[in-house]
Amino acid sequence: MIPASFEYRRAGSVEDALGWLAEDPDSTKLLAGGHSLLPLMKLRLATPGVLVDVGRVPGLSYVRDAGDHVAIGALTRHRDLEISEVARASVPLLAHVAGQVGDPQVRHRGTIGGSLAHGDPASDLPAAVLALDATMVADGPRGRREIAASDFFRGFLETALEPDEMLTEIRVRKAPSGWAFQKFNRRAQDWAIVGVAAVLDGEPRVALVNMGSTTVRARGTEEALAAGAEAADAAARAAEGLEPPSDLHASAEYRRHLATVLVRRALVEAAAARG
Amino acid sequence: MRVTVTVNGTTETHDVETRMLLVHYLREVRGLTGTNIGCDTTSCGACTVLLDGESVKSCTLLAVQADGGEITTIEGMAAPDGTLHPIQQAFHEHHGLQCGFCTPGMVMAVASLLKEHPDPTEAEVREGLEGNLCRCTGYHNIVQAVLAAAHSGELVP
Repeated sequence: MIPASFEYRRAGSVEDALGWLAEDPDSTKLLAGGHSLLPLMKLRLATPGVLVDVGRVPGLSYVRDAGDHVAIGALTRHRDLEISEVARASVPLLAHVAGQVGDPQVRHRGTIGGSLAHGDPASDLPAAVLALDATMVADGPRGRREIAASDFFRGFLETALEPDEMLTEIRVRKAPSGWAFQKFNRRAQDWAIVGVAAVLDGEPRVALVNMGSTTVRARGTEEALAAGAEAADAAARAAEGLEPPSDLHASAEYRRHLATVLVRRALVEAAAARG
Repeated sequence: MRVTVTVNGTTETHDVETRMLLVHYLREVRGLTGTNIGCDTTSCGACTVLLDGESVKSCTLLAVQADGGEITTIEGMAAPDGTLHPIQQAFHEHHGLQCGFCTPGMVMAVASLLKEHPDPTEAEVREGLEGNLCRCTGYHNIVQAVLAAAHSGELVP
């Protein structure tokens, strides 16, 4: 499978990328690690006229302790996030989830910014950043703006990023303990049939993978936890108000049930880790 | 677009179409057909090569992304006199292959895995090879081969 023809430009800076994006935002795509976009291009589901390779833009691959939060450069590869000492100490959920994406080869190339900007509801990282109350930092022709994770994921492969904007940094709150990630799939390296990212430090946050057209919070569970419910009772409300997809891996009904099981496990594990 | 890539120590410059995949560049431009194309969907790992020392799936990279990079393929593993690389030798001794189609990608994935985990447990080997599918061996002998290679004392860190 070979992508349709495109014009390739290699950006040396964010300004390069934004300038080229502004020329024709609707037919220009940014390429970081390429592990979401290139498969779509090979299937001709994406046929950008111009591909702007931001993979070599310097200064956008980092994991920094920024005091009250951890700042992650959008071009940070999954493998680098997985082994980052800062991430492991301050946001171990994120380091763990980065190590669950795809397989080692994918993690050597794929980037957190690319994965989040792609906005696939079956991806693990969107749920992790949603559970961590992340703030997305986007640069564009109208300057820089911050977007809360809860406003960022809009729908299937759709985010709050405008076509002429670029995601440059992700800021997540520190959550050194009281977290868990649960994922169920049938084969190694598969997308999660359902996944759960839970953070109990501070206000409880529970986010779900593959339980809707985008990553979603388990609001019923969060409400129950805030009201002091036990894990099992809170988990029973995991699929409340959600419309998970049916596909060859699982029916919507199966997913609703699986969500309650995985959320219960995640809550028990997170509570035990909190001590 | 003009790309300069070092493959197994040899640097060449070629004009390639921007949409050319790295695996096609290796097979068709560089004539190195040891790297197989299996699923063509980033799943099976048959096309695994090392890019700047790390395993990647060459069906999911553009040749232009490897511009200026260093690639190692299966052809670059054995010594010039034909002496097998310790990983290849271990696959041979432990029957880590049957039809052999997955083997080039498997060997390259193992090279990267053992760099990151020089002394892996069996579980780390199984997890570390999740990106490579083998439809013959049931993986058991591959895992044995990887553990033997890791403990052979012959791998340069």
